[in-house]
Amino acid sequence: MEQSKTQREQSVPDSKRRTGDGETPREQEPGKRDNVIVAEDLTAYYGSFKALDSISMNIERNKITALIGPSGCGKSTYLRCLNRMHEVIGGARMEGRLLLDGQNMVDKDVDPVQVRRRVGMVFQKPNPFPTMTIYDNVVAGLKLEKRRKKSELNDIVEHTLKQAALWDEVKNKLKDSGMSLSGGQQQRLCIARTLAVEPEVILMDEPASALDPMSTQKIEDAMEELKEQYTVVIVTHNMQQAARVSDYTGFFFIEEQGDPGRLWEFDDTQKIFSNPERKETEDYVTGRFG
Amino acid sequence: MSNVTQSNPRPAGNYRHRKLTNNIMTGLAYFCTLLALIPLAAIILETVIKGLPAWDAEFFTGLPSTYGSGGGIKNAVVGSAIILGIAVLMAIPTGVISGVYLAEYGDNRLGNGLRFVADVMTGAPSIVIGILGYAVFVVATGHSAGIFGSIALAILMVPVITRATEEIVRLVPGDLREASLALGIPRWKTIIRIVVPTAISGIVTGVILATARAAGETAPLLFTVGTSNYMNYNPFEGQMMTLPLAVYEQSSYRGEVLQTAWGGALLLLVVIVALNLIARLAFRSRGIR
Amino acid sequence: MSAISEFFKKFRRGNSGDAVFQLVALVFSLVMPVTILAIFIVLWQESEISRQEFGISFLWDKTWSNSDQVFGALTVIYGTLVTSAVAILLAGPVGVGIAAFLTEIASPRVNSVVGFFVEILAAVPSIVYGIWGFFVFAVFLRDWIVPPIQFLFGWIPVFQGNFTLSTIFTASLVLSVMILPTVAAISRDVLNAVPRDQREAMLALGSTRWEMFSMAVLPYARGGVLGAILLGVGRAMGETIALTYVLGNAQVLFTSFFQQGSSMAQAIASLFGASTSNVLRSSLLEIGLLLFVLTFLINVGARFLVTSMSNQPSRR
Repeated sequence: MEQSKTQREQSVPDSKRRTGDGETPREQEPGKRDNVIVAEDLTAYYGSFKALDSISMNIERNKITALIGPSGCGKSTYLRCLNRMHEVIGGARMEGRLLLDGQNMVDKDVDPVQVRRRVGMVFQKPNPFPTMTIYDNVVAGLKLEKRRKKSELNDIVEHTLKQAALWDEVKNKLKDSGMSLSGGQQQRLCIARTLAVEPEVILMDEPASALDPMSTQKIEDAMEELKEQYTVVIVTHNMQQAARVSDYTGFFFIEEQGDPGRLWEFDDTQKIFSNPERKETEDYVTGRFG
Repeated sequence: MSNVTQSNPRPAGNYRHRKLTNNIMTGLAYFCTLLALIPLAAIILETVIKGLPAWDAEFFTGLPSTYGSGGGIKNAVVGSAIILGIAVLMAIPTGVISGVYLAEYGDNRLGNGLRFVADVMTGAPSIVIGILGYAVFVVATGHSAGIFGSIALAILMVPVITRATEEIVRLVPGDLREASLALGIPRWKTIIRIVVPTAISGIVTGVILATARAAGETAPLLFTVGTSNYMNYNPFEGQMMTLPLAVYEQSSYRGEVLQTAWGGALLLLVVIVALNLIARLAFRSRGIR
Repeated sequence: MSAISEFFKKFRRGNSGDAVFQLVALVFSLVMPVTILAIFIVLWQESEISRQEFGISFLWDKTWSNSDQVFGALTVIYGTLVTSAVAILLAGPVGVGIAAFLTEIASPRVNSVVGFFVEILAAVPSIVYGIWGFFVFAVFLRDWIVPPIQFLFGWIPVFQGNFTLSTIFTASLVLSVMILPTVAAISRDVLNAVPRDQREAMLALGSTRWEMFSMAVLPYARGGVLGAILLGVGRAMGETIALTYVLGNAQVLFTSFFQQGSSMAQAIASLFGASTSNVLRSSLLEIGLLLFVLTFLINVGARFLVTSMSNQPSRR
């Protein structure tokens, strides 16, 4: 298949090589790369419409992976597959394999509730809970599991808000409504909320596209720090952002309207933006088409 | 398969408890839905079982017996048709035009006030409307008449039709209006010739559902039209029998066989369900409560 | 008012067609407020005799004596409140449960079918509920439900008494079925209006569907759901014909579920036609005025709650 051929041709370390065409994947060399999510021929449908075709990708632990590509190429669909939010839409389904620490998430027996605990998501439009205070918003996910002491919750609130670069702005008004914040602040609140449940992977679907440049900057700074503890996968339209922030980049593309999205190229960010293998990738990152 | 070091498994803690709660609540939701469908089935079944035997030639072509229960409902069917027919003729222009006004000119304080009034009136008890009809017409003229009942029913129907019409007309795309205005067609012609016809199926749905509701109303007719054992084709003079009131009368003989009453109830149910079906299926619009 | 100046502006501009049309449409729209005004005026006038005779204490007087021609509204107000309260206690949770089922669980096809049946339940006329309630349901209660209740709980005063088919118990249950579709349908609309991203935010945190519903959807929609419940109460209070069958016609302050009672609307319907006394008629119409004001206020409150839900605090 096209996209895996690309990866095979590159001189990349073994562990990142994928084989397509239905062959069983090669065993990763132990100790080389630590992949927390591995997609193998992942295909996604909305009803009878095929939105993604055979995506194979490794998401490496503690790195930031960016997904770029023109609109409608399935980046967000793929992202939503990673925490099984894709199936929330009626009639949507996944085929193939999507391994989270060895467990295939596509399997019906795997409970999405547990998957989403470990793979969190920040949405494009900030969506704090309007009936809750800032404090309650942050701990909303925590309240689902075991009861914790107030002091423990306080610590978590402070810690995550600091990680989201929001603490200084709200530390004196934690009891205010979540809606009293600006858009950029709300988004950082949503990030803190996601961090509070300590997922392994954080998915971000164009987190800054609805925000002003200052907020965007703050969020990008936050991402850089998050890398140490978490794995981040971010969908973005902003190529400069992808180039700045990410370690690996995946380029999604469709050739014609109605085609399913495919992973056209996947590599170190540096390589994608300076010396990509494929023409379409180059055209996109140089801005020849949007 | 993967080379990843197994991450520390999350403490499952109360996971099973959460799943159990989720399943119990889901089951409860199913149960509630069942709880609604059971009485519906019971009512329909009983009405059919008890009412169908009453449906014979005498039932549809005869008049109620003057002593006790039994007999036919021909006068009731005719009366209902006449009274409802007049009510619909009164309610359609009033309701549709009001709805159009609210949709086209109603984005201001006056419009909000009128909308508020319409909403409140949809919730007004029908007996109050009956009393209004009684006090204004029956007392003033000294007698009951079919047309008073029509007016009462029309008052009940107008707010429903108004709100339905407004909703549908608002859904007509602004581009349509703008294109027409850009051609130099005056606004009022645009509304009448283009906007309303586009919305017509939704409007008809609203009218049908309002009619279905009015068809079953008893209290307003009780106060304005009364009951009758005779055939009366004249809505302007004298009492007329209507279907709901036929059932009411026939079932007041509590000890006797109530076949005619159930037969009338079944007919009422059939008509109303049929109207609802037509509205829902033929016009595929949103229902109205 | 600026509307009037607008009107004349249109004339001057030569858009007389538009001006006339708008005016005519407005006149038609005024039918509704005029009607409401007429209702108030008529009820106020017709209740004059009773108001003068009994004064404000009419509201809390429990007397209802034909022989002495002394009447008080307390018994019927009491009856209305109790039956409506019990009805909503049953229909409220079940109605919201149905709405939750339709919005969160049911597939589109099931949604259509169930939604249709709920609408049919709403379309059944009051009189059919009445005769079914009395001749079928009450008999069922008397034979199958009341005996075990009285066996187990008969020592509690509210469950004592001879069940004579038309009772508070029967009436409350029939009412709850009648208002169930109202609560369910409006709650469903309200729940559907909760934005999808709220649900997704909660799910993305690893919640079960019930947790998503109870922690994200219901709090967001609580105003609207309360409005739906209030509308159910309003409907219950105005219910007339069905209650003439299943409530009995006893203007008393009942103390047991298995006694007869009377409600405002039911009393008017049952007693007005046959009454020959002007005092009685006037009292009944004063009760009608009270009923109208009560349902008016409830509907206003409900409307406010339901519409305020769509005006959630806007995001900057």
